[in-house]
Formats: sequence, C-alpha cells, structure tokens
Amino acid sequence: MARHERSARPGRFIFVPGLGSPIQARLTEAARSRSCPRLTMHHDVSLDLDGAPRSAVMRFGLEAPLRLDSGGRIDALEIAYTTAGRLDATRSNAVLICHALTLDQHVASSPPNGRRPWWTNMVGPGRPIDPARHFIICANVVGGCMGSTGPSSISPATGQPFGLSFPFITIGDMVRAQAMLIDALGIDTLFAVVGGSMGGMQVLQWAADYPQRLFSAVCIASAARHSAQNIALHEVGRQAIMADPNWRDGDYTAQGVRPEKGLAVARMAAHITYLSEAALHRKFGRELQRDGLSWGFDADFQVESYLRHQGATFVDRFDANSYLYITRAMDYFDLAAGRAGGLAEAFRPARDVRFCVFSFTSDWLYPTAESRAIVRALNAAGARTSFLEIESDKGHDAFLLDEPVLRDAIDGFLQSAALERAAR
Amino acid sequence: MRSGQKVRQDFRAILQLVRSKARILDVGCGEGDLLELLAREAHADGRGLEISSEGVSACLARGLSVMQGDADRDLEDFPSGAFDYVVLSQTLQAVINPRLVLGELLRIGERAIVSLPNFGHWRVRLDLLVHGRMPLTGALPEPWWSTPNIHLCTIRDFVELTADMGVRVEACFAFANGRPARAIDPSRPIENLRAESALFLLARR
Repeated sequence: MARHERSARPGRFIFVPGLGSPIQARLTEAARSRSCPRLTMHHDVSLDLDGAPRSAVMRFGLEAPLRLDSGGRIDALEIAYTTAGRLDATRSNAVLICHALTLDQHVASSPPNGRRPWWTNMVGPGRPIDPARHFIICANVVGGCMGSTGPSSISPATGQPFGLSFPFITIGDMVRAQAMLIDALGIDTLFAVVGGSMGGMQVLQWAADYPQRLFSAVCIASAARHSAQNIALHEVGRQAIMADPNWRDGDYTAQGVRPEKGLAVARMAAHITYLSEAALHRKFGRELQRDGLSWGFDADFQVESYLRHQGATFVDRFDANSYLYITRAMDYFDLAAGRAGGLAEAFRPARDVRFCVFSFTSDWLYPTAESRAIVRALNAAGARTSFLEIESDKGHDAFLLDEPVLRDAIDGFLQSAALERAAR
Repeated sequence: MRSGQKVRQDFRAILQLVRSKARILDVGCGEGDLLELLAREAHADGRGLEISSEGVSACLARGLSVMQGDADRDLEDFPSGAFDYVVLSQTLQAVINPRLVLGELLRIGERAIVSLPNFGHWRVRLDLLVHGRMPLTGALPEPWWSTPNIHLCTIRDFVELTADMGVRVEACFAFANGRPARAIDPSRPIENLRAESALFLLARR
C-alpha cells in the first residue's frame, strides 16, 4: 500500500500548529475555544502548488479514542478531510458531505493521484453547495484508504499494517468519527449533511445519533438498511478478493504482494450494479472491440473491455482490505434494528431536522422503495420531509452525474433552508 | 392554474376554513401555491404530496416540504391523525378509488377539505341533453378521451357517499362563474344545479 502512504511523499505535508494560514489559525483557535484540554490534535495540510489548502489530516490523541459499535476502539485516530469556503462568524454555514463506498474526501478539489474530484456537479462555485456560501467539509471514512485510519494504516502495536487485526467498523462508527472531526473544527451544528449511496446511510445515521447538531439533511439514492440483494452482491466482491492467492489473509502488504485480480473482479461486479441495463445498452450495446469475434476469451465486447478497465484502474487507488471492511459496515447497516418502534423511532429525535430524500427511477441497487421506507418513517416521526423520485435511466450512479433536476432541487432546498435558518 | 397573482376563489375559502397554525397536508399540491398562501396568511405547518417531479422541484425551491407521490397509492405512508386538515383540491374525481382516498384523508387528518367539479351543474346537464355528447364546460374543459377525470359525480352523489361512509359535512361552499365562494346547504337540489364546483369541509363523525 505504499502508493497510498502519504508520508511516502516527504515535503508534501506540513505540520500545522504554529503556521499562520487562515485555515490553521481557525483550527487551532477552534480547538482552544472549545476548551478540550484532553484532546491533543494535530493537523497536516497538504498544499497545492499555489499554496491553497487542499487536504488535511486531523489527528486525535490517545485520550480521545474512537469507540466502536463492536465494543472495540481505535486509538490515535486520524481523519483525512478537505474543506472549502469559510466558516461564517456564527459558525452556522458548515455542510458535511459524506462519501460513498469507493470515493474519498476529494469532493471538489483534485486529489493527489490525478483523478478528478467526484462531485463537481453539486459542489463548487455556482453550484448548490458553494464555497462562497458554505464551509464545506468532506472526510475520508474511518476504515478507508485515503488518509483516515483504516486496515492499511500502521498498527502502533506491531509497526505493520493492521490488515485483519483492524477492528470491525459500522456506519455509526464512521459518523462518530465525523462528529469528532467537526467538534475539533469548532462546529456545533451542521447547516446540512449531504450524501449519496453509503453517504446517504451516514446522513440517516447522523439524523438518528446527532439530531440536535443538524439543521437539514439530504439523502440521495440510499437505504436505511442493506437488503439481502445488497449483501449478496457485496459478498461476491469480498469472496473475489479473498479468493485471490495474493490476499494472504489480509497480510498482503507485509508480504509485498497485492490481491489486484480479486479486487478488480470485485469492482467489475459492483460497477455493473451502479449502472442500469439501459445505460449499459446505450453505452455499449453489443459493440465489438475489433471486427469479428476472436473465438477466445479476450475482451471481444466493448462492455467487457470497459469493465476490465474499471477493475484495473480501481486497484491503483483502493485498498482490498478497506473494501472488505467498508462493504461489511454497509451490510451491517440497519437503522431500525434493535428499536421496537422501527425506523420511525430512530428518526423521532430528528423531527426538527429538514429532510430531503431523492431516488432515481432506474436505480436497482437502492431502489425507490427503499427511499419511500425512509420517507414513511420520517413522516411517522413527524419530521419535515421532502421526497423526489427523479426520472433517469442512468442507474444508481445518476447521483454523481449531471442531473439538472437533482441539482436544482437540492439548490432550492438548501437556499430555502438557509433563509429559514437566517430568520431564526 | 395555480400560478398568477390572483388568489383562486377556492383558496380563499380554504384560508377562511382553517384555523391558524394548523398542520395541513395538501394532496396534489402542484407548485405549492396553496401551501405558500396557507403558510403566509395562516402560519400553517404545511406539507404536500405531488405526483409530478416538476411540481415537487418547484415546491422545494419555495422552501416547502413536499413528497412526490400518488394520492391513490402513497397516502398510506402518512400516520393516522398526523394533520389537522388534509386538502384534496379538484382531484378526487381523478383518482382510481375515490372512496378509499376519502377514507384515507380522514384517517390522516382530523378534517378533510375536498373540492370537486359538479356534474349536476345546469350547463353540464343542458350540454349533454342538447348535444348528446360528454359536456365541455369551464370546470370540465377536456374532451372525454383526454380528461383525467374518471369518477365524475354530482354534489348529490358526493353527499350520499359521505353519508354512506359516516362522514360529517361541516360546511359546503359553491363556486360558479368565478364569483366568491357561497355557503350552501348541499342537500338542496337547487344547489346541485347552480354550483359549477363545490368545496366540502368534512370530519370524522
């Protein structure tokens, strides 16, 4: 996992305390103003060539472990995050964006690996979530591989990557880590928490766990629990990784190998679920790579070549063990579990939060019925809820693509929520 | 129909019927004109249900809480007694199962406000009598093959349905020729001739 180890790029990161850039000043002042003497935090901020802050790492001291739903804990937690915009004087314009399974904190700024930021349709100047109006925060989930503590991080106990000794995490743990982050940033209440797919699960978990810290919530193409089909599809991916001889029971990094084939197959299978049949047909149909069939098992069809490419590029940016742990966290997600009153009970404390729920007609991974179940529970809880099913043939991935209806609806929702908040 | 500066006559009547700060669900809320009016003038805590995504988007941009859904299918998503009033404006005749929907309105709301085009209006009767064709009037402007109205009824029909369901009619207003609402006794046959459309305030008995 050397390619994901940030410290492998000496000089790219600067130790923050004592430095005087606006963001650092704000962070240290925020930490002081919340008077948390127990908490020792350090921030790394990587800089663009022009010196603008890009991605930071919040380091929590041993006194502030992340307590996990499994009963375990993560000591010396690190959360990699990006911010854009400025926190206003009343600290009331913070928007937390929660990312999906294989995405990261680079929601609007370019990540160092040369990829493009993943949500430029929604986040950026002139977009519904706009650094001119909002203080935009996006953090890599705990368990991830883009700078937050995860299975590829070095275990303090062994000096080796955690691998399978990493504790099992949940969506609730991801959200608890995010709450620690916004605490550390000096933010009490989020103006909005926004996310699609697994990000939407985190949004719902925020509403259940920290309703008093939320003003509004936007949940896109998501579900309040993983269905049998969702779990089944994830299991295929995990089995592909674990069947790769290079996986080595999760100890591949120490043994100097990578389960690339298994991870690529997992990605290929998952990628199909992100698209609709219509989108695949439109993009590829039965088009061939070359004239005529090869009468072999090379990628004859364009769709095969496309999937192979998706798999091959994915292994360059994602850690196989992170994939196992995060998919497990999603499978374990069931917000209604253990509550006699079901999902509505989970949302009851959030009845003052303004919710906006979106689904897409062709999303068969998290179909509209899942969103309707969320909406029904929110209604039963008495929360102010809006819901829109957007006509699209692009499948689950529609939430990441340019969907003017989604963009305009979120823009309208956030703008009117901002007016309401200002009127308070 | 709900856009424009002028407040619709039936909206004015609804505004007079509801008490201040009530919880109101507008079923088929369109672009949210009524909800906005109720929020502004009656400080209502309003929600909407709307079938078209354009309508829902417009409502979101106005800061209204609106869910996309269908009166025939999605009212079951709302818990019982969640609202003081549930409004169904000029829509009951277009749903698949009006009796079921009416029952749902009064399960969700303490009261229901329902407006309907009156198929007993004299112009409708005359049109059918003289031309022998499905009537085309101001309240029923679409030809039979494109109208969404699949369960047209008269005021008398509707009053009979409410009696059969054990629903109390607390108030009724008639509309004709764009004039302001006129309180009527819907059981009088003359009103069934004179009203182009009618608005009922209904309560569980």
